[in-house]
Formats: sequence, structure tokens, C-alpha cells
Amino acid sequence: MAFVPNIEEDRKKMLQTIGVNSINELIKVIPENVRLKGDLNLPEKLSEYEVYRYILELSSRNITASTHVCFMGGGAYDRFIPSIVQSIIERPEFRTAYTPYQAEVSQGTLQTMYEFQSMICNLTGMDVANASLYDGASALAEACLMSHAHNRKTHFLIAGTINPFFKRVMETICSGRELTFEYIIASDGTCDLEKLKNAVNEQTSAVIVQHPNPYGTLEEVHKIGQIAHNSNALYIAIVDMISLGILEAPSEYDADITVAEGQPLGIPMSFGGPYLGIFACKKDFVRKMPGRIAGITVDADGNRAYVLTLQTREQQIKREKATSNICTNQGLFMLAATVYMSIMGKNGIKEVAEQSLYKAHYLADNIIKIPGYRLSIQKPFFCDFLVETPVEPSIIINDAINYGFLAGIDTSKFPECKKGLLISVTEKRTKEEMDNFVNFLKKFAE
Amino acid sequence: MEKLIFEKSVSGRKGYTLPRLDVEKKELSELIPENFLRKTSLDLPEVSEIDVARHFLKLSHLNYNIEIGLYPLGSCTMKYNPKINEKTAFLPGFTELHPCSDENFAQGALALIYEIEEYLKEITGFQGVTLQPAAGSQGELTGIMLFKAYHKDKGDTKRKVILIPDSAHGTNPASASIAGYQVVSIKSNTRGRIDLDDLAQKADETVAGLMLTNPNTLGLFESDIIKISEIIHNCGGLMYMDGANLNALLGIARPSDMNFDCVHINLHKTFSTPHGGGGPGAGPICVNEKLIPYLPVPIVVKDGDKYRIVMDTPKTIGKVHSFFGNFGVFIRALTYMKMLGPDGMREVAENAIINANYLFSRLKSKYYAPYDEYCMHEFIISGDNQKKLGVTTKDIAKRLLDYGFHAPTIYFPLIVHEAMLVEPTETESLENLDAFADAMLAIAAEVENNPEIVLSAPHNTPVKRVDDALAVRKLNVSWFQKF
Repeated sequence: MAFVPNIEEDRKKMLQTIGVNSINELIKVIPENVRLKGDLNLPEKLSEYEVYRYILELSSRNITASTHVCFMGGGAYDRFIPSIVQSIIERPEFRTAYTPYQAEVSQGTLQTMYEFQSMICNLTGMDVANASLYDGASALAEACLMSHAHNRKTHFLIAGTINPFFKRVMETICSGRELTFEYIIASDGTCDLEKLKNAVNEQTSAVIVQHPNPYGTLEEVHKIGQIAHNSNALYIAIVDMISLGILEAPSEYDADITVAEGQPLGIPMSFGGPYLGIFACKKDFVRKMPGRIAGITVDADGNRAYVLTLQTREQQIKREKATSNICTNQGLFMLAATVYMSIMGKNGIKEVAEQSLYKAHYLADNIIKIPGYRLSIQKPFFCDFLVETPVEPSIIINDAINYGFLAGIDTSKFPECKKGLLISVTEKRTKEEMDNFVNFLKKFAE
Repeated sequence: MEKLIFEKSVSGRKGYTLPRLDVEKKELSELIPENFLRKTSLDLPEVSEIDVARHFLKLSHLNYNIEIGLYPLGSCTMKYNPKINEKTAFLPGFTELHPCSDENFAQGALALIYEIEEYLKEITGFQGVTLQPAAGSQGELTGIMLFKAYHKDKGDTKRKVILIPDSAHGTNPASASIAGYQVVSIKSNTRGRIDLDDLAQKADETVAGLMLTNPNTLGLFESDIIKISEIIHNCGGLMYMDGANLNALLGIARPSDMNFDCVHINLHKTFSTPHGGGGPGAGPICVNEKLIPYLPVPIVVKDGDKYRIVMDTPKTIGKVHSFFGNFGVFIRALTYMKMLGPDGMREVAENAIINANYLFSRLKSKYYAPYDEYCMHEFIISGDNQKKLGVTTKDIAKRLLDYGFHAPTIYFPLIVHEAMLVEPTETESLENLDAFADAMLAIAAEVENNPEIVLSAPHNTPVKRVDDALAVRKLNVSWFQKF
């Protein structure tokens, strides 16, 4: 067998050393009545080439951003990924290593974790970051659990609309601790500040805001933060990491915890995973944080070295008293994001954010010139915007495929959302692509 | 010691190119009110592409990994990761697919999801599956939440407890606790199995379920499994199997036949997807009919030759992942499974078991074996003999690094003194196993003749032994924030 090097002769020799005649003697301990009779009912094995052809054929049935011009976003973005990202994450030294339990032979992973944490801290303005959770949604759930662990309060206020997937995951994961969630949303989808003021009180564990919100709209993050802190609630911000190239760092509006979906930082869309949960916070909470954290120390010669630190928070030591149950995280994509943030650097992330902003506004300006199309929300936005369309968004989306476009997301799929076509624009889009898209949309003009 | 990427930054250097901005550039403040604009500086590095390439290549050389040698971390199943898995996972028809794609435009991805679900059902013997959990411990949490939903749906609100053996992975009690349960520990007996008397005593009407790893974390099959399931089911509880050690059972025995109700599978262990220095994994769970109504949404169904997405179901617990889970991991796992086929799966398990027993038999002469019987895919030895001479398991682990091997899992399970949990996996050849055994025996001899070299190990690694305590005392976890 391809992945088992030992041949029959090896096995015979080994069984002899063990002191048995066959494998059956080794598994005698498995009672007969729980043994599988016969083989698993699965297709016969294929060769490498056959499997490749098979999976290739499956992949070719999908309609993707490699064949169509993508205006879909909503949490996962078609962003440019420099080639070096893929090249580095392919290195088996990173790819096939385990969690760095033996620090002396894991300095590559550990230093990367430290660099990642530092970059996330710099982008968000937070003091500490962990080295990844599963995805943005579970990072939000962990933020709620940490807030609850910190102040023992169980009620959460959500200031404005948040990503419907994040919402569902947060509610599901936090149901065990019986946390409750109240949504304070004005008719334009943003936070209703007056209602929030009335709703917040000393029983509020935290106020949560997504900025920009799922419609791309900016929220009144300073005012929301003040309302939260006036009642001693924590303040949790869900952000778009790329937007931080031009938008305020969450520290500037005094967020206590920042979470984000890390996919836009050099990770392919891959039908939703593997992505990267980003979690950062003020240093007051460092001992209550979930997830792995790398820290600087010295080795026996006094040289700088890195280790997993504050492990007494974690399940392998604290068991049911751990701050989180997370063990395996998204390590390889933490590396991808670190390479991305290194290569794009100080100016690149800003430029990506600016281009997305300008291009999104160019497209929005031209779409609303078409009779029957209008922006649903009249507020400043970053790179996503919601459009009211002359026909059902699903009709546009389906037809757009024939013209080479992934037109956007039909928000009517989400009962809690405003209805419309959610369009997202990244730095990859060109004026020509957008002009062609506008021409296509004219088809449905009133 | 490699400089940090920040220390290599030179103002004005640039490593990227972007498409030209071909629309009008305005003042930012024309589009975004001034008060929303970033005021604090961005201090990400300024480096060229070659700086980045060299930096990470140098860092990569500081890592031990499966392509250097044997990686015998017990309960982690560090098997070789075939290259074809990476090739299929990075096909643009998958990597460029948006997760909110309409089902008509994602038929290939949905077909793949459907197919891997069918594989997992057959391998475990169960009828339902969700691929959403992003790792084993999220699978545990999801499974225990299904238990909770099941009991609640039956109007049974008195069940507050999850039973967990004292040998279990730390994630088990942590997951049960996040699901809102109280954890009660079950003793292990002198044979390393669940103590049936202790179990019977604690199995009452407050018990929601038992979480059990099988083979357990001592590498032993829970041979009383039918009796255990009976005790739990008789008190109205459900049976959760931690499938971290499923590699030992492929094609040999199935969780459903042991009367479990639910199992999670670590695709990154049993099905050979790379661990990535900590992740990503994937922790799908398979369940029997009882638990199907509560599975997370969305669900992929087959309708003639079309695949459809069911967005919601009446009794679902909700969602644990934004989308379908770690999809890229599914592609790798399915690729691997299709290359194994049914006979390949059994071969994997049998060779894993033979390799472990062979290594165990070679090490027993010098290392204490608290459970001296044939093991499954991994085994426990203890550093107790060496501890008497003043050398700990940690020292032995560090010395192994000098010999060019990764160390086993150490100090786990917690019920064994100076524990070393060794899992060689089926992808190691006899020569590699012998080389590892020779190293372990050489270290045992050093402990007797030259303990100092073991106590001060490692000597040949990129850094010498690191000071864990200092890292906690003088916390430095970000370049931009000194504590």
C-alpha cells in the first residue's frame, strides 16, 4: 500500500519480536460482537492519478471567481493573494508540524505566532492577540464567553446588524452558558443609539458592534462604546481587518475585545474554510483569553527564544475550568496571514483598503444612475453596499452567470436582514469589469 | 536566533504590487468622515519579497516536521501527509469558490461534501453527520450540545452531568463545561479501563451522557464497551465517543456497533490532513437516528442528481461554523480515503497496531510499562525507573530531540506518573521504528551512566532548553506592547 512502507516480511519480523503469530492476537481484546464482519462498504481504491481526475472533475462543476468576475463578499472576499503566501504555506516544515509543544524544535512556528500576534495587535491597537481561533464567528462566540467569565453577567446587546452567520454561531455556542442576546437595530440596519441607551444597564455583560456592518455601513463606534462603558459593560468590536488600513483601530474607540474573520488576509475563499478566527483584547483580560499564545523567553544560553505561554488557561491543564475548549486551531492560515501582512506591510494594507473604497464607490455611483436601482442605506460605507434592485436579486444573480459575473449576495436568504443585492468590491476589480457589470445591470432598468 | 520580521524592516521598502487604481482617487475624507479615519500609526514591516522569502524559509528550518522524521505524539496520529492531498485541495475550482454561492453554482463542492459524509457514515456505522466542527474539540462541543437538545426535546430537564474518565483528553471536560454541564470524573481501574463499579454508582438520572475515548488514551481498547453502553443507556444517558484514536479501528470495528450514539472524527489525524503547526483540523461528528433532528444547519441533501442546501430544520441546535466547516480539509481527506479504499483502511489500522506493539515490545526492557498487555495504535510507558535516578520524563523528551526525533506526548494521560504516550503510526517503516527504539534505549543507558547529558538536553537543537516560567513571569506576547 502506498502509504504503508512495511512489507509482509517486515510485519512477520515484527510480529515475531512482539511474540505473536498474527495481528488477530493483538486485537483479541476487541470483543467479537463489536468487530466489523467483512470489509467496509466503500468504493475500491483508486490510484493517485485516478483520484486527481475525479476530484478535478468535481471542482470543474463549480462557478468561481477564477472564471467569473466576483462581486460577492459578506464576510469572505475575493482579494489578491501574493504568490509568496502559497509558496511558504506549502513548506512541509510548517505544514506538517504539530502544535509547538516541544519549543526547542518548533521555533519557526512559535516565532511566526509571535509575529502574527504582534501584527494583529498593531492593526487593531489591542494589547494582546492569540494565535488564531477557527473563524470569525467562533471568535465572536469566544469573546462573549470571555466577557461572561470576566463579569459573570449573561446579557449581551448587539448594537446594529451583525453578520447573520456570526449571529447564529454566537447564539449556538453560547447557549450552553445560557447567555442571552438582544438586538438594537434601526430601520437602516445600523444601531439605534437611543434604544441602546435605554437597553444597556448594569446587567449587560457586553455591547457588540460590527464596524463596518454587514451592509458595509459605518457605525457610531465612539458613541456606542461610551454607552457600553457608562454601564460598565465590555465593548466588543467585530471588524474587517483590511478596513483597518484606513479606518480607526478599535483601540481608538476604546473596544475591550476585537474579533474578525481573518480570511481577507491572504486566505483563499475555499467555500468557507479553512479560515482564521482573529481574537485580540486589552491586557487586563490576557489570563482569561482562549487559544494558544506564544511569548518571548530565553533559552539555557540566555538567547531569545519563543514558547507557548500562559498554558494554565488551557484545557490540557485546566480541563473543565479552562477558559475555552479549543485545542487545534488554524495554525497554517495564521502563517498565511503573517506572510500576507509582512509582504503587504505598512503601506500595502492601506492601499488595498483605499482601492477597495474608491472602486466600491465608483461602482455604487454608477449603479444608482440606472433607473430602478438605489442604495438601501444612505450612510458612509467601506467596500460593501446594499442595492435595491428593479427585479428580485435572485433573478439578477442567476442571469449574471451567463455574462461572466458573480453579481453579489441576495440578502433575502437571511430573514433578519434588509432585502437587496449585497455588492462587494475589492482591489482586484477593474474599471472595465465594473463598467461591464453596470451595462449588464441596465438590462433590468425600469 | 532569527531576527523578527519587524527588525528587518527598512522604511520605504516594498514587496507587493497591486492592480492600478483606475478610478478617480479622492480625498479619503470625501467618502469617510474624518472621525472614522485611522489616527494611530500602522507599523507593519516594510520589506521586499526576497526578505520575506528568506525570513520564512529560515524560520521553517527551525521546525521539526513529519518529513524530517518520526513524530510519535500519542493521540495526535502524526502520519505522513500525501502530496496529492495538497494538489486537489488547491484546485482553483475549489479555492476560488465563494461560500455564499447559490447551490446551482457549487454542485461540485456540494457533491464532495455529500460524498465525504457518505464515507464517514460507512466508516462509523452511523446514519447522520455534520462536517461543520472545525476541530475535534468543536466536534465534542457540538456532540454534547446535541445530547442536550435531545434530552430537552424529550422534556427531560434533570440531566446536568457528563461523565468523563480520569484518563480523558482535557478537551472533553472543557467542551462539556462550555455546553453547560457539570463534569463528574470516572476512575480508571488497574487494567487502565473504566472502573465499572464507579461508573454504575455515578450513572443515575442526572447523567446526560458519557464521553469516552476508544481506544482510550492509554492505547487500550475498552473491552467492556457493551456493558458500559448498557449502564449509560439504562440510566437514560447517551454515549459520546471521542474519535481521536479512530486510526486503530478503521475497517476493524465501528462506534455504532459499540452502541455509541455519536462520535467525532479528527480528519487531520485519521485521514491524514496536515496539522499545519497547530491546525487547521476538522472534527465532523457522526450520529445515530436519535440525534439527527438536532444536527447543525445547513445540510446538504441529494435530490436526484442535484445537490441541494437545506438552510434550516425545526429542531437544529443552530450553527457552529459560519459556513460548511473547514472545506479544504474535506478535499484532502476525501482524496486520501479514495486512495485507501476499504482494504487500504484496514491495512492502515493493522499496520498502526503492529508498529505500536513492536515499538512497545522493544522499549519495555528499559522503561516501565504500567499496562503490560498488547496495545492498539499507541502505548504508555513511564519514566518512573529513570525518575529514581533523578532524570524526569521531560529530560528524556528533550534528549530525544538531540537524537533527531520528536518527543512523544508527555505527562498525559494524567493518571500515569512520568507518562510518555507513544504513537508511531502506520507510515513508519521498521527501520525508522528501530532507529527510534535505539535512541530511547541509548537515552535509558545515558540516564544510568551519564545523566548530566540528559538533564542538560537538548544540545543540538536550534535553541537550548527554553525557560517556560520566565515567559509567564515577564509576559511579552507582542512586539508593540511591553508588559
